[in-house]
Amino acid sequence: MVSKEYSRIGETLHHAELENGLHIYVDVKPEFSKSFAFFATNYGGMDMRFKLKGEWHDTPAGVAHFLEHKMFDTKDGNALQDLAANGASPNAFTSTAITGYYFESTEKFEENLKILLSFVSVPWFTKESVDKEQGIIGQEIRMIEDDPENQVFYGMLEALYEHNPVRASIAGTVESIAEITAETLYACHAAFYNPGNMTLCVAGNVDPRRVCEIAREVLPKEGLRDIPRDYGGEEPEQAFRPETVQEMAVSTPIFQLGWKADPAPLGEEHMRRQFIGELCCEAVFGTSTPLYASLYSRGLVNNNFSYGYEAYPGCAMLTVGGESRDPWALREAIAAEAARIGREGIGQELWDRLKKAAYGGRVRALNSFENICVGLAQSHFTGEEFFRFPEVFEGISKSDVEDCVRRWMSPERTALSVVKPKGEKV
Amino acid sequence: MTHVTHRELMPGVRLTAVQTDKFKTNLLSVSLLAPISEETASANALLPYVLRRGTERCPDMETLSAALDELYGGSIEPMVRKKGETQAVGFAASFVDDAFAPGDTRILESAAGLLGDVLLRPAVSGGRFLAEYVEGERANLVDRIHAQINEKRSYSILRLTQEMCAGEPYGVDKLGDEAHAAAITVEGLWKRYQSLLACAPVELYYCGSAGEERVAAALTSALAGLPRAEELEEPECGVQTGAVGDAPRLFTESMDVTQGKLALGFRTGGGCIWSEDYPALLVCNAVYGGTPTSKLFLNVREKLSLCYFASSMLEKFKGIMMVSSGIEFQNYEKAKDEILAQLENCRGGNIEAWELEGAKRSIISGLYATMDAQGRLEDFWLGQSVAGLAETPEELSRRVETVTVDEVVAAAGKLELDAIYFLKGLED
Repeated sequence: MVSKEYSRIGETLHHAELENGLHIYVDVKPEFSKSFAFFATNYGGMDMRFKLKGEWHDTPAGVAHFLEHKMFDTKDGNALQDLAANGASPNAFTSTAITGYYFESTEKFEENLKILLSFVSVPWFTKESVDKEQGIIGQEIRMIEDDPENQVFYGMLEALYEHNPVRASIAGTVESIAEITAETLYACHAAFYNPGNMTLCVAGNVDPRRVCEIAREVLPKEGLRDIPRDYGGEEPEQAFRPETVQEMAVSTPIFQLGWKADPAPLGEEHMRRQFIGELCCEAVFGTSTPLYASLYSRGLVNNNFSYGYEAYPGCAMLTVGGESRDPWALREAIAAEAARIGREGIGQELWDRLKKAAYGGRVRALNSFENICVGLAQSHFTGEEFFRFPEVFEGISKSDVEDCVRRWMSPERTALSVVKPKGEKV
Repeated sequence: MTHVTHRELMPGVRLTAVQTDKFKTNLLSVSLLAPISEETASANALLPYVLRRGTERCPDMETLSAALDELYGGSIEPMVRKKGETQAVGFAASFVDDAFAPGDTRILESAAGLLGDVLLRPAVSGGRFLAEYVEGERANLVDRIHAQINEKRSYSILRLTQEMCAGEPYGVDKLGDEAHAAAITVEGLWKRYQSLLACAPVELYYCGSAGEERVAAALTSALAGLPRAEELEEPECGVQTGAVGDAPRLFTESMDVTQGKLALGFRTGGGCIWSEDYPALLVCNAVYGGTPTSKLFLNVREKLSLCYFASSMLEKFKGIMMVSSGIEFQNYEKAKDEILAQLENCRGGNIEAWELEGAKRSIISGLYATMDAQGRLEDFWLGQSVAGLAETPEELSRRVETVTVDEVVAAAGKLELDAIYFLKGLED
């Protein structure tokens, strides 16, 4: 195990690669009473077509999420209960690109870690349990379909992308999950839930050597390292459709506005792009820009306003969303400001303080063990060194950001998604 | 090491300071406390948003944001909370600890100064708030009240609270209601502001690496000029022990949704944060529906697949427990019966050793985790201050540890179903 100190942010990280290909990261935090363990696979909602043992597999939308639900079943019962009985708060999530299982606990860390590693690595599916889960997830999908925030976000993805699987709902549809069988789940587990495709990230008052020992003891000795996936070829630079509008039971229209950025290469450049993307948003319509102040006073945005940059295999985007009385006027105002910055550049004073604020924001995020562990895992999968952000950040210049505003925030790359109140609703 | 101190900085201005170097950031909050009432709730809720628009020195959002950016992305967020029948309005400021800011910067003093400006020295015109700010934020508040309908799970709990506690101050939402919000004037809001500044008890909170003396000095200087009336208005909380009617009251609403929401409200028979059996009530709630090993989760959700979610929560100040669930419309009777049957199991002492243990571990773990999270710890201490209690999370967890099955059964036996709220689809 190798340890490395990051003095600028006061963190020390231990790292090891086991014989089976599993990478382990441990951030030791002696002054805390809780510990957090995050066991993640490089497999998410968008990984629907992949090659295993020389053969291509096509799976329906929603398998990664379905699998996440079913992993908690063990031959003897349910791992969620075992962890909860130890006072741990276990949970899991499936995102576009990864699936992660985690717990936070203040007692019995080692016992809980064994349970976590064991239930995620040992599959147990039966026809009966899969059938039952179809009912539960069917309910969850209905709940998602009732959720305007979710609908407006997928509306934007479907408008931006022509075929990249990022546009498919992570949970799938009631129809797509009906195709899932125990065999589908076993095949996907074999492909993606092997140590070579996973990482274990821990933060807390723990002994890093014990984490490695437990992982060696519980996990399979061998792992597959490379699972080829197919995301359907390169996307055009332009948005697939300029806008999409839905009607739902909401009081104020909600919107998501997205721009297709260039797909990000892996490695340190991936992190650089993340910063550049976030600073593009901050500089054009961020909450401390003149534009935001004017949109706010015109009532075109309110406090429910969030934005960011997201990168996945084969695609990256800038997004902004929230509530607006007139999302179309908002889109126009943002487009005009992006064009102005493209011509005139970002004011030096604004740039200086945006950079200060963005740096503080990164440091602030390190308060959360969840942020640290999820960040370490995602960075591992994209080939970044998570705690090196102060150095990467320093290297970003005003013109890097201006170039990307010019290149990415053009009208052809934009898609607007709106959910507006149903006819009679106030 | 973590060190907690309490002291009074000025009449009715109390500071709770948690000194620790665990965190990368410092948290500083100020809360004005008022009894919640229909007449004043919306105006109180509006105040922090109007104040946050601009100060004498930073008169608009852009200059205020610039000042925060200079503090390495510090934030000052309006906070509107309800603790029992007390409305707490104010701000929470968060900023990077001096140790992690490049160079030799003293951020605490600047942040406290900015917070004091936001609270006490607003941008004014003709001795009143700027009409533009009041009107803009009033419209946002009305929108926010409207938007409560968007998230159906929290909406069903809100509606249950309003109906079940109609006539009690607790029935008033922390944002008040649309009619009162829409009627707020510049003049009226200014008067409310003056009255709150003079009469409201003020809770200050700090968590970070600085010592208590430095924090007290920074805040005393930042709050210089805070008017203090002779008599402060200390809010209280009325605990209604039993159900209001002879039979549970049923409230239904129809909306264009695909999943139903069923919420049940119980009175705890007087059990609340001040009562001796509070730890037993906490465990009772956890055994019944508060955790993933609870009876509601394992039986109603997992075993019978009657709900996508089913859980219970405790309103510790008011002595209310609420069950919230998401169901298919046609499962209303079945789900309700099963939710109540699980409560009968608790009352009948049908609680296994692992259930009791799991419930305790979950609460204790939650209390310890609270000490590791700045925001949660602030909210915990605000609750304690409002309740007039000084018990730490460790002390409370020691009391939870000793709870017996019999005590849980006794707490469950006092629960009385008072009201049911059901959100169903449109009939066609």
